[in-house]
Amino acid sequence: MNPDLFFQYLFAGISYGIIYAIVGVGFNIIYNTTGIINFAQGEFVMLGGMIAFSLLQWMPLPLAIAAAVAVTMVVGALIEIVFIRWLDRPSVLRMIIITIGLSILIREVALHIWGESIRALPYFYGNEITTVSIAGVKVSPQVLWVVGICSVIVGTLNLFFYASPLGREMRACAANRTAATLCGINTNNMVTLSFMLSAGIGALAGCVMSPITYTSYDMGTGLAIKGFTVAILGGLGNSLAAVAAGLLLGIIEAFSISVVPLAFQDAIAITILLIILFVRPHGLFGSKEAASLKEF
Amino acid sequence: MITIQNLDSGYGKLRVLKGISMHVDAGEIVTIIGANGAGKTTLLNTIAGLVRPVNGKIIFNQQDLSLFKAHQIVALGCSLVPEGRQVFATMSVEENLVLGGHVCSKKHGRSTAAGELERQYALFPVLKERRGQLAGTLSGGEQQMLAMARALMARPTLIMMDEPSTGLAPLIVMEIFRIVQKMRDEGNTVLLVEQNARAALGIADRGYVLETGKIVLQGPAAELIEDGEVKRAYLGRDYETITDR
Repeated sequence: MNPDLFFQYLFAGISYGIIYAIVGVGFNIIYNTTGIINFAQGEFVMLGGMIAFSLLQWMPLPLAIAAAVAVTMVVGALIEIVFIRWLDRPSVLRMIIITIGLSILIREVALHIWGESIRALPYFYGNEITTVSIAGVKVSPQVLWVVGICSVIVGTLNLFFYASPLGREMRACAANRTAATLCGINTNNMVTLSFMLSAGIGALAGCVMSPITYTSYDMGTGLAIKGFTVAILGGLGNSLAAVAAGLLLGIIEAFSISVVPLAFQDAIAITILLIILFVRPHGLFGSKEAASLKEF
Repeated sequence: MITIQNLDSGYGKLRVLKGISMHVDAGEIVTIIGANGAGKTTLLNTIAGLVRPVNGKIIFNQQDLSLFKAHQIVALGCSLVPEGRQVFATMSVEENLVLGGHVCSKKHGRSTAAGELERQYALFPVLKERRGQLAGTLSGGEQQMLAMARALMARPTLIMMDEPSTGLAPLIVMEIFRIVQKMRDEGNTVLLVEQNARAALGIADRGYVLETGKIVLQGPAAELIEDGEVKRAYLGRDYETITDR
């Protein structure tokens, strides 16, 4: 493989990987406050892209993206309030089935509203043929947008969870809901907040990636599987690890094209997921000690 | 401080508590003793708002607790140290305590909560030593102390403790009960639920005996400890030879 091709694959891997990472981080946020896996996470990404695309008729791009993120956050809050809040101590399995049901519901609603056609937001800077040169490789500036914005999201989130009182309270909800209540924390609000946060970053990622990966009503499932793989690979609940795992998965996928046909790309993620679940269920970077103290 | 009148409570159709009436005055240690399944935990969980009462009233400082949610009851000054400690296992000792101070920092500001943290470290020096350690890796006795310190961080006027001695070695139990006495001497009011009746009655001012959801006996702790029925049912026949050494 010549160096040019190598870097081409590498950059493709990084840009897809960082998107997987953001979906994985979205899983982590909800997992971190509720201990549940929200399989509708991929749908938040799709909603972000679709809503921004529709709003573009009436407003400039930055405003459309901001509005799409806000609308998706409201959707996230509504999902929690309508479907999840009133459940009395639901089991993990029940929550998984509910969130899978929700993802199907959102997908069908999206199909009804936007149809089957594939949409894309315009490039933030330049157009599809604009390139910048890095290490002798020509990459689209949009890739830099994706990497930049996603890095900012992850950094801010980490700061929020580990250095702010609100973030600490959200983590407390995940660690022990009853105990958090007994500390005087309104756990219901924390859960709603985590759904909003998770929906918001999902939607933002959906907007930034839309120009390169396009947005279609059924993109959520694939992303959810990739994001889940990444979350597990990194160790559930650990956002920085999810980023590393996301990049790893993206790069592996990109390079796999040179070995196996494109059609097998998705199988690679699932194979990795299965191997990790068997061999290291606490993830590549997760601590065994912390994992043994968790219920799920 | 707290008065309970004709309280019925339970889970779904299962009625665990039937017509409980009791009270705790400020500055007292009151203990509730009883066998497994008598309803001791349900009683405390109902006061704390984790279980909704079916009938009856719980008046705490002139306020009806059944109108409040569990997290609001903590803010009113009534804290529960739950059964089985329930520490935030995956978080550090210090984070556990800071979370316990949530209500305090909201009401009195963060500097007051920070001062409260130092007070708890003075009361429980072992927690200061282990401040950076994950709470789940502490020993049972240390976890119990952490749970108590975390509840105290909210600056409660009434602190309820559910079976603090469970699964602890006798020496550690003595240490825990000594701290409970110290808490009372510093002006806290304590409602203590225990299976270890002898130890509980030893430090309490008054006691209630709970049997299958009803209070069957009550009085000053010194009288209960001499009561023939209590001796037979909860203290064991030869208890003196074991515990008075």
